[in-house]
Amino acid sequence: MLKVIARRAFGLAIVLAIVGAMVFFLTRLAPGDPAALMLGDQASAEDIAKLRETYGLDRPVLVQFGLWLKEVFSGNLGHSIFLQRPVTQALAERAEPTFFLAVFSLLIAACIGIPAGIASAVWRGRMADQAISGFAMLAANIPSFWLGLIFIQIFSVRLGLFPVAGYGSPDAGLLERLRHLLLPASVLGIVNSALITRFTRASMLDVLDADFVRTARAKGLPERKVILRHAFGNALVPIVTVLGLTLALLIGGAIVTETVFGLPGIGNLVVSAVLRRDYPVIQGALLVVAAIYVLINLAIDVLYTLIDPRVRM
Amino acid sequence: MAASLSSVMPATGAALFFRRLFRRKLVLAAAIILLIAIVAALFAALITPFDPGAMRVARRLRAPDGVNWFGTDELGRDVFSRIIWGGRASLGIGAAVVIFSVSIGGLLGLLAGYFRRLDAVIMRIVDALMALPDILLAIFLVAVLGASAFNVILALAIVYTPRVIRVVRASTLVVRELPFVEAARALGVSLHRILFVHVLLNVASPILVQATFIFAYAVLAEAGLSFLGAGVPPDIPTWGTMIASGQQYADRAFWVVLFPGLAIVLVALSLQILGDGLRDMLDPKLRKAL
Repeated sequence: MLKVIARRAFGLAIVLAIVGAMVFFLTRLAPGDPAALMLGDQASAEDIAKLRETYGLDRPVLVQFGLWLKEVFSGNLGHSIFLQRPVTQALAERAEPTFFLAVFSLLIAACIGIPAGIASAVWRGRMADQAISGFAMLAANIPSFWLGLIFIQIFSVRLGLFPVAGYGSPDAGLLERLRHLLLPASVLGIVNSALITRFTRASMLDVLDADFVRTARAKGLPERKVILRHAFGNALVPIVTVLGLTLALLIGGAIVTETVFGLPGIGNLVVSAVLRRDYPVIQGALLVVAAIYVLINLAIDVLYTLIDPRVRM
Repeated sequence: MAASLSSVMPATGAALFFRRLFRRKLVLAAAIILLIAIVAALFAALITPFDPGAMRVARRLRAPDGVNWFGTDELGRDVFSRIIWGGRASLGIGAAVVIFSVSIGGLLGLLAGYFRRLDAVIMRIVDALMALPDILLAIFLVAVLGASAFNVILALAIVYTPRVIRVVRASTLVVRELPFVEAARALGVSLHRILFVHVLLNVASPILVQATFIFAYAVLAEAGLSFLGAGVPPDIPTWGTMIASGQQYADRAFWVVLFPGLAIVLVALSLQILGDGLRDMLDPKLRKAL
């Protein structure tokens, strides 16, 4: 099994390398001299030339790519002039809100999606099923930033239940943090519950007709136990996949949501980096996000074999 | 007889298609909503009561009433008229993204499904593109290309092309092994005829379904990009730019944000329902899967 994981990991490393190359070369295509951009309007030609030399921007592009790769492998994602610090440090400082937001949103999405999907499958074709499927479809097509603005208006501005924006003072405790995260996490959770609902429903439908479920019923087990233990237990593999998939999607969703709620996370960092063309930050963030995505996928594969020994990679 | 048959057959074919597609009332409702949205966008100048750019500062942030059905925005512009014109931009961008990604993705998917060597190269790039969240890849591309309506289209087309490639490749892999393709090959039919007539016609339904979904994604993504300030320039009214510029007035004038958002939800939802309906009809085997 270790060998298989190693082979998968190698494949994923190649994907990452392509992402890196793509991001690097596309960035070089961008209009404008990065050195001039970094120094701003007031820079003299001399300063720009000096900066170009420091960053190796006067070398051929392929040489630059080689140098960049070498740095990336030694854990250095570059330096942001705007932020006055290394990109890795900037990312690390912003990681906490994004991490909590993603995990909290996944929790909310799962708490909505899994029970809704089970109910939908059990009452297949009935009113409840149609209502749940309808809600799931609606949720999937609401722009998260718009839902965020509406929620802020209702729950923060009108009802005053939550802070309007931000992440609280730097020394705030966990409870205070949660209060700031509840509204954005609800928005992301609701919007992303749709996929979980649909997957749970489909995989429950697959097992509800299976022989072992009929056997469980025939031997007189209470319906609750049949559904939650026998059916759900066997529908778990696709559900775990979709949870992983949702976590990966949440990273993207967090970018927009953080901006709406003014959370100082990685998404917020990327958006402001894009707006001021802070290329080292953009490159680093993209690479890190792709790495997380790839690792989540690897983790799903490994979890597969743990949950269901029949699955061999 | 033969002439009357051939003139009747296509008509009944199309009628049958729509009758089966609209058997579910929800799908019919979605199609009607989309039709209204498209017609309104095409004939915006005839429908809108006000010029979308006309400012009347004396009437700024007015609540919806008989004159301004959806109220006015921070510059006294009519929100209803701007939503119709915004639909023109939002739907136009969505349609352009669909055309780009379906034609390029369709071609690359066919090639990847048919030629083993190309497959390896194309799919690695697809994997890499899909390893980045849609919206992150899109804002990066817009940042590199520069913010304009055309570059938003280009960026979103690059984001959604891999989905088309995957779907078309998967279908091509199945179709290329079918006996009729082998027969065509044996008969000496040229390669590009096999690819673009025999295989393409048989992967057309998954492409059509995917195109509908991509339309919905593109409308949502354009709004997201414009909201983040990495999309269409703010002076062009799209549903996204309207929400973006209205958000700071949301506590005094909720309608500035509410109505453009509802327009996005309505259109995206209708597209999704239509796509589901198409999929159910064209591929009954898939009905239960998702």
